[in-house]
Amino acid sequence: MKIQSLNDLEEIGRESGKDLYSPDFIKVNVGMASCGIAAGAKAAFEEASRAFPGNDGVRICQTGCLGLCEEEPLVEMFAKDRPRVIYRHITEDKVLEAVESYRTGDFTGPWILGQLRDPRSLLEEDKENPIGSENILEGVPYLEDLPFYRGQKKIALRNCGFIDPDRIEEYVARGGYAAFLKALHHMEPQEIIAAVKASGLRGRGGGGFPTGVKWETCRRHEGERYVICNADEGDPGAYMDRSILEGDPHSILEGMLIAGLAVGSRQGLIYVRHEYPLAVRRLVTAIRAAEKYGLVGENIAGSSYSFHIKISTGAGAFVCGESTALMASLEGKVGRPRAKYIHTVERGFKGGPSNLNNVETYANVPVILSKGAAWYAGMGTEGSKGTKVFSLVGKVKNTGLVEVPMGMSLEEIVFTMGGGIPGKKAFKAVQTGGPSGGCIPEQFLDLPVDFDALVKVGSIMGSGGMIVMDEDTCMVDVARYFLDFLKNESCGQCTPCREGIKQMLEILTDICEGRGREGDIQLLEELGDMIRKFSLCGLGTSAPNPVLTTIRYFRDEYEAHIRDKKCTAGVCKALFHYEIDEEACTGCRLCALKCPQGAIAGEKRQAHRLDQDKCIKCGICYEACKFNAVVIR
Amino acid sequence: MIGTDAVPPAHDETIDYLELDGIIEEEFGGVRENLIMILQAVQRRYNYLPRPALTYLSEKLGVPLSHVYGVATFYSTFSLEPRGRHIISVCLGTACHVKGGERVREMIEETLNIEDGETTEDRRFTLESVRCIGCCSLGPVVKIDEDTHARIRSDRVKKILDRYK
Repeated sequence: MKIQSLNDLEEIGRESGKDLYSPDFIKVNVGMASCGIAAGAKAAFEEASRAFPGNDGVRICQTGCLGLCEEEPLVEMFAKDRPRVIYRHITEDKVLEAVESYRTGDFTGPWILGQLRDPRSLLEEDKENPIGSENILEGVPYLEDLPFYRGQKKIALRNCGFIDPDRIEEYVARGGYAAFLKALHHMEPQEIIAAVKASGLRGRGGGGFPTGVKWETCRRHEGERYVICNADEGDPGAYMDRSILEGDPHSILEGMLIAGLAVGSRQGLIYVRHEYPLAVRRLVTAIRAAEKYGLVGENIAGSSYSFHIKISTGAGAFVCGESTALMASLEGKVGRPRAKYIHTVERGFKGGPSNLNNVETYANVPVILSKGAAWYAGMGTEGSKGTKVFSLVGKVKNTGLVEVPMGMSLEEIVFTMGGGIPGKKAFKAVQTGGPSGGCIPEQFLDLPVDFDALVKVGSIMGSGGMIVMDEDTCMVDVARYFLDFLKNESCGQCTPCREGIKQMLEILTDICEGRGREGDIQLLEELGDMIRKFSLCGLGTSAPNPVLTTIRYFRDEYEAHIRDKKCTAGVCKALFHYEIDEEACTGCRLCALKCPQGAIAGEKRQAHRLDQDKCIKCGICYEACKFNAVVIR
Repeated sequence: MIGTDAVPPAHDETIDYLELDGIIEEEFGGVRENLIMILQAVQRRYNYLPRPALTYLSEKLGVPLSHVYGVATFYSTFSLEPRGRHIISVCLGTACHVKGGERVREMIEETLNIEDGETTEDRRFTLESVRCIGCCSLGPVVKIDEDTHARIRSDRVKKILDRYK
């Protein structure tokens, strides 16, 4: 069937919506994004599918990621007139027991994470007036009330973890493609652009450029125009785009269709990194389904608008996140950036005006059109509207994806939602913005996170990675890590980036290996300044950031490395050694058994000794000891 | 590590040109701008990029061999040398790095007696470090072929490797 109107959408939505909200069977939704699968969701899914092949009133289904990756695999179970319960850590060995307990109405046990009032209550709707309220369970917390979810407002992630990403009908049931049809039949391109401009939406890939302005500029330029989606999520530590691609691919297609209308384009391209094979598969399925319903292709919904979408996969080059490099790569060439005296909105892919936005940006667009620009602009701060998805990872208890209104404080995100640092360790910094960003120390924890505030403290928002670091993280090593990354990823065209980064890395390596000299810090600052000023593209101009911010806020650590030859975090191997604290050691033998070198000796219940000559500083004993008896000196 | 004499000369690889035609023409329409994806398909088939396949590609697409070579060496996913039966990708994204990804890599290097980018002598494993596979919440992460192993600790490395023959 080809969809022609909103009525057609409503009909499809009514039918499939039943399975989303009140199925006649027990629906077991297994979170099957890459993160869930890595934690064991696929094995659990297969085990459950074998046991319940479709009879018995139980149906095993797949969905995307609910965000709280720490507790994965996550499984939700619900049915008509029954509560919606979320189970955590449901691996292969537990899944059948969990389904059985839901079936028999036994809602106890440590594996229950919480219950949902209504899938819509976690989303953009108000949390009042829940629909499933007659089916609530006493004594089981609401997911919406858990610290991790309480401050969240899901717009870009609105469907992740709720719908089957491979079923377009479920996307439609959640209101999908209605914004596009509204734009197609009832809005002029200028109206669409005006709405996106008024919403204040800024590019979520890192640049923060106003999306509506970009669209307007693209439309002004003549030629075969292209709408391109940057799904080359290259910032290490950021994976919100993967989650949207895998959990809600249609939201991206719909955003691109709307952008195509606005800028006047017939061709969409998605550049997705090959490291995300599942995302590619889900996108292919989504495009096929949208084509089947006539939402992508020729004469969409009976109109004169035609729009095709093609997927291209990247091949592992960080620099291809840069617009000109990305377009070169799309053309099958080496991904080298060029000087942007002419922007890609004027001349990009194959010389045509090309509108490039990232995944999260496109995912926001349909909601802006359906709920209105004013509604969207009502959230966030003066210069940054709406919400942003952050990947909260590293040394934090609740790792996962959080979508919060712009302007929430770092402290709230890391300590309230993230639950703080595990293992009684002390907080040291949050790294934002990937290799182009910086490390933000404790003194700025009350900082309201938006595009401009992060720049003020020397970092950037980037694509939304938030890597929490604790006392065991060495800041000099972190700087060295990023420079090593950038040295490998520099395309090598311009000298400041190619040679400058290499020199900075050599100095940092010397410092980390105990060969640091007085004056190294100044030299790093000078080099950083030069690279920043003279590099060709964004990779180079931002490359010194991780070094410069760590020098700015953690100069004492650099000095300890250079002057005292000490790495107190226990990371730089030449600058520390492990010792066993005889007072704290209980003689449990655990470290001695685990040591691959046989470097630890000692009788049971007597303090152990570590042979420094044999020790390779692999850290296994340090991680294994439950009494903090292995210490860094 | 494979010694130079252990590497078979590239032209020893038997290339099925009809199959290659299928990849180039049918799957990717013989279009030049699909070069990266064609190379990915060739690598999926042969586990690396054999030189005769690249020469053929260059003629077929009308792209200079130097251009094909440029692309094949610019992008980190491509290998011009035969790789092992199992590809170990150690994630060294930022989250995995702060959670001890380097230590995991060192442990794999020690266990297999190879360094990053190398292949074991029996062609069982190739070790490659990658920058972020997007499973940051479960770090440190190691991917072996299609399986992602989450929250790896260095003392579990050997056990996991033993599963791959």
